Amino acid sequence: MDWNLLATQLFGVTHGIVREGDFLRGTVEFDGEPLTVIGTTAHAPIGVQLALAQARAVLDTIAQHPGRAILLLIDTQGQQLRRRDELLGINRAMAHLGLCLDLARRRGHRVLGLVYDQALSGGFITSGLIADACDALPEAEIRVMRLPAMARVTKLPEAMLAELSESNPVFAPGVGNYVAMGGVRRLWQGDLAQALREALDDAPTQDRRAEDGAARGGRRLAASVVQQVLDAP
Amino acid sequence: MISYAECSARERLALIVDAGSFHEWLPPAMRLTSPHLAQLGVPSSFDDGVAIGRATLAGSEVFVAAQEGQFMGGGVGEVHGAKLVGLLRRALRDRPRAVLLLAESGGVRLHEANAGLIAVSEVMRALLDVRAAGIPVIVLIGGANGCFGGMGIVARCADHIVMSDIGRLAMSGPEVIEASHGVEEFDSRDRALVWRTTGGKHRWLSGDCDQLVEDDVAEFRAAAITALDAARPVTLAALETEHALLGARLGFDGNEAQSLWTAMGVAQAARVPDLDVAALRALGAR
Repeated sequence: MDWNLLATQLFGVTHGIVREGDFLRGTVEFDGEPLTVIGTTAHAPIGVQLALAQARAVLDTIAQHPGRAILLLIDTQGQQLRRRDELLGINRAMAHLGLCLDLARRRGHRVLGLVYDQALSGGFITSGLIADACDALPEAEIRVMRLPAMARVTKLPEAMLAELSESNPVFAPGVGNYVAMGGVRRLWQGDLAQALREALDDAPTQDRRAEDGAARGGRRLAASVVQQVLDAP
Repeated sequence: MISYAECSARERLALIVDAGSFHEWLPPAMRLTSPHLAQLGVPSSFDDGVAIGRATLAGSEVFVAAQEGQFMGGGVGEVHGAKLVGLLRRALRDRPRAVLLLAESGGVRLHEANAGLIAVSEVMRALLDVRAAGIPVIVLIGGANGCFGGMGIVARCADHIVMSDIGRLAMSGPEVIEASHGVEEFDSRDRALVWRTTGGKHRWLSGDCDQLVEDDVAEFRAAAITALDAARPVTLAALETEHALLGARLGFDGNEAQSLWTAMGVAQAARVPDLDVAALRALGAR
């Protein structure tokens, strides 16, 4: 979904979210409460600059508006694949964004992720995946890599991966699979404003994704392995 | 001198912690394997590529994990990731003096793509819980496969990083960047270029790692001991400092390490690739 259409449906035509390049930022009012919105659009590749822009908005919210909820609007093709970004420490900039969001959470800000278009690996891991909860629109797409590229890197036949992806959520793109594995909490259906209201109301504070993945059948072992480590003699 | 890079994950563990002190949890005898690899016709490993447990380091109790680069490049799959999460949650419960992560990983194991991605993010959150509890997480990087992808981010979430000069710490591998933007963007076969862009010397000069050591398990052990009290609380002030440091990097125009080192004030930056670790340490970190 187009970010502006989404913002209009959620917050009205005077939503106040501003686009600068691929970066989205704004303070909106929702049910009478101010809410910080931080996001990207146009399938933005997340490099050092865009990671820092998001981190800046998080730090400002922590400093100036204690406790204010943060909504992350996610649309990214993944990390920026450039030598310059590697040289400048893109992994450190990504970690910094993750640390900012994590500090916000620890200080009582609810942090919600919403994948409204597409999410890929490196651009997603320190945004939606580090939030209290990450939800998605049904038409969004989440994946690590396209199947042809995955076939090339793993040296496995693409046809085999395509066939497996029909039955095994581990290989296939799609938000439904991420829900089954617990990585996405739920999909927003119908009235989007109502979905946001519910998402804010029941944002978890503990990481329950492995348990969710086991309960939903998409990731059967993770939770039990964690428990086995806790119980190991 | 024993090369850290040439050791297996278990050999490293045995040599880094106090002799004979490593007690493994979920050892290979339990045959805990990936549920996803068999259907791909890919061999499994009875530890899913990571050894975890408790040990002592200079007499203090530490929890330890070591990723095995020889198995799927240290890639994080569902079980591998869950073992790391379990270790970190147990650290939160039992409060050892520190957690040591001997990282060697290409990041998410693509054979378990979606499960691996979620697992890495669970590791990240569990690690930050441990760090927030004041228990330092110390990452050692010196394996041939480096520390990439999601694990490259995990490493920078930790309190302290020790690298050897042959260690590499980054996000995307040079092959991936070359495949995406061409050989003129990043020639993955140019080893000198790869190391000066992502290697231990660059990461130390730029302050992306905290200690630079020789490729020697004894040096890694000594560095880990000095880091036992290296807890760095995550505060708003600390993150503002970090933000300013990273923001200043954007003022650099280019993609060549030598120019960056010069811009950082390193004298005779052209000599850096030829200097040994001791000479490089004498230059000082930025």
